[in-house]
Amino acid sequence: MRNLAILVGLFVVLGALPVFIQSDVWLNSLIMILFVALLGQAWNILAGYGGQFSFGHAAFFGTGAYGVAVLQVQLGLSPWIGLVVGVAAAGLVAAFIGAVSFRYGLRGSYFALVTLAFAEVLRILSNSVPFTGAGVGILIPLEPGLAHLQFTSKAGYYWLIWAMALAAFLAAWWLNNSRFGARLMAVRDNEDAARALGVSAFRIKLGGIVLSGCFSGLAGVFYAQYYLYLDPGIAYGPAISVESLLVPIVGGIGTLFGPLLGAVTLHILSEITRDIFGDAPGISLAIYGAVLIVIVLFLPRGLAGLGRISARRLLSRRSA
Amino acid sequence: MPDIAILLPSVLNGITTGALYALVALGLTLIYGVLHIINFAHGSLLMLALYGVYFLAVGLGVGPYQALVLMPIAMFAVGYLLQRFVIGKASHARDENILLVTLGLSIVIENLAVYFFRSDTRIVDTPWSFEVVEFLGAFLPLPKVIAFFGALATAAALWVLMTRTELGRAIRAVAKERKGARLVGIDVEHVYAMSFGIGIGCLGIAACLLMPSYYVTPQVGHGFVLIAFTIVVLGGMGSFVGALIGGLIIGVVESLGGLFLGESLGQIGIFAIFILILLFRPTGLLGHKV
Repeated sequence: MRNLAILVGLFVVLGALPVFIQSDVWLNSLIMILFVALLGQAWNILAGYGGQFSFGHAAFFGTGAYGVAVLQVQLGLSPWIGLVVGVAAAGLVAAFIGAVSFRYGLRGSYFALVTLAFAEVLRILSNSVPFTGAGVGILIPLEPGLAHLQFTSKAGYYWLIWAMALAAFLAAWWLNNSRFGARLMAVRDNEDAARALGVSAFRIKLGGIVLSGCFSGLAGVFYAQYYLYLDPGIAYGPAISVESLLVPIVGGIGTLFGPLLGAVTLHILSEITRDIFGDAPGISLAIYGAVLIVIVLFLPRGLAGLGRISARRLLSRRSA
Repeated sequence: MPDIAILLPSVLNGITTGALYALVALGLTLIYGVLHIINFAHGSLLMLALYGVYFLAVGLGVGPYQALVLMPIAMFAVGYLLQRFVIGKASHARDENILLVTLGLSIVIENLAVYFFRSDTRIVDTPWSFEVVEFLGAFLPLPKVIAFFGALATAAALWVLMTRTELGRAIRAVAKERKGARLVGIDVEHVYAMSFGIGIGCLGIAACLLMPSYYVTPQVGHGFVLIAFTIVVLGGMGSFVGALIGGLIIGVVESLGGLFLGESLGQIGIFAIFILILLFRPTGLLGHKV
C-alpha cells in the first residue's frame, strides 16, 4: 500500500508538470522519459516479474505501432480504434510467441533467441508486404485533434504518454499485490517448485507475456501518433528491443520503480553524451552498451540495488 | 520448376556460402558446448575481424590470404581476454547475465565501428576477386571455392585439436563435468578462456576467407549472427559435425529461397527453419555435446 501511495503521488506530480513547464524542449524530454519508462516497464513485467528474458520486444512494439498506423492510412479508421486493435494485435503476437515457446519449454538463452528471431521475421515481413508501405515506410497524415489522437501542443502528447505509463506502472504494482503476480514470481524463482504447488506454469507465463506485449504495443501506438512515421527498421529493429531491456536493468530489474529510475538515468546520460560528442553516429548506443556491461558486472540489481546495498551497509556499520 | 541448369549453380553457390557460415557457426558451437552460453557478440566480433583484414590490406598491403597467419592469433587473443576479464566476471551465477553482457559487447563493438569507420561499405580488391572456376557446368567465384576448402580444413584442424591434444581433452572434460575437471587439477577459468579464444579465432580465419568475395560495414555481423545461431540450433548446440552440415543446409536454403522468393523474402526461409527447429527439436539434428 505504501508503494501505491508513492506511485500515485509521483504520477500526480508528473501529471501537473505541464502546467508549470511551458518549454517544448523540457516537455519533449519528459515525454521521452515516460515513453522509455513505459517500454521498460513492459519488458520488466515479463523479465523482472516472470524471469523470461526477451531480446525481441520490438515484435510487440512494432505490431502496436503498425496496427494504429495501417488502420488509419489504409482503412481510414479512427486512431482510437487503432489503439485498441494495435494493443490487441500486440497481445496476440505475444500470445502466439508465448504459446509456442512455453509449450515446448524454451527457457533462458533459447527463449531470448526465439523472441529475437520472431522480431526479425516481422521486420522482414513488414519490409516486403505493400500495406505497411514496405521499405519506404508509412506516413500518418497530419490531422490535429483529440479525435485523431494528435495534438498541436506537447502538453497533449505528454498527458497521453502519462496516462499510458500510469497504466503500466499500476499493472506492475498489481503484480506485486495479486495472486497472479505471486504465481508469476514463483515461476520465476523456481518453476518446478511452483508446479509442484499446483501452479500452471504455462498459463501463468502466457499471461505474463501477453500483459507485457500489450504494454509494449501501447508504447508503439504512442510512437506512431507522436512521430507520425514508421518504417520496418524503427518498428521491428533491434534498437527498441535493446532499449526495452536496458531501462529496467539499469534502474533495477523486477522492481516497481526501476524502469522509471532507469529511464531518467539513461535520458540524462544521453543528454550528456550529446553535449560532449554532438550527434556523432553510434556513440550514444555505444555508451548504452557500455552501461549495460558495467551494470551487469558491478550492479546486477541495478541502481535500485545500490540504494539497498548502501542502506544495509550503513545499518551494519552503525550496529557494529 | 526451373530446370537443372539454373538449380545446380544455385545449389553449388549455396554450398560454398554455407561452408563459410559453417566456419562462423563452428566457433559459436564450440563456445556453447563448453561454456553453455550463447555469444551474442559473435557477429560483431566477425565484423571486427573483417575490419582487421581490411586495414591490413589497405594500410600495410597484407593480402587477405597472407593475413591468415596473423588474424586467427589476434582474434584468439581478443576472445581470451574478453572471456577472462569481462564475460567470465559477469555471470554472478545467472546465465541471463552472460547473455546480457555479450549483448552489451555487441552493441559497444558495433557502434564504436559506426563512430570510427562510419557506415561506408568497404571492399578489398584482389586480382583474383573475379576469377571463376567451372565445376559441373556451373561457374563459381574462385574466392568462394577457396573459402569452401579453407572452412573444411579449419573444421578438420578443430576436430584434431579437440580429439588428439591435451588441451582438447581438458576442454571436453570441462564441457562435460566442470566440478570434476576442477578436482583433477584443470584450471577451469583458463580452459573457458581458451575455448572462447579458439571460437573467436575461427572468426579470424572466416574473415580472411570471406573478405575477397565480400564487403565490410559496421552492420555486416547482423546478417551472419542469426544465420550462425540457426546453424548451431539446427546442427545441435555444441556439435561440430552438426555445425558443418547445418551450415551447408542453410547455405543451400538461402540460395534457393533467394531464387524462388526473391532476395528479401528469401531470408524468411532461414528464420522459419530456426523457429521450427527451436520449437520442435531444440537439441538439433545431431544433439551431441562437444
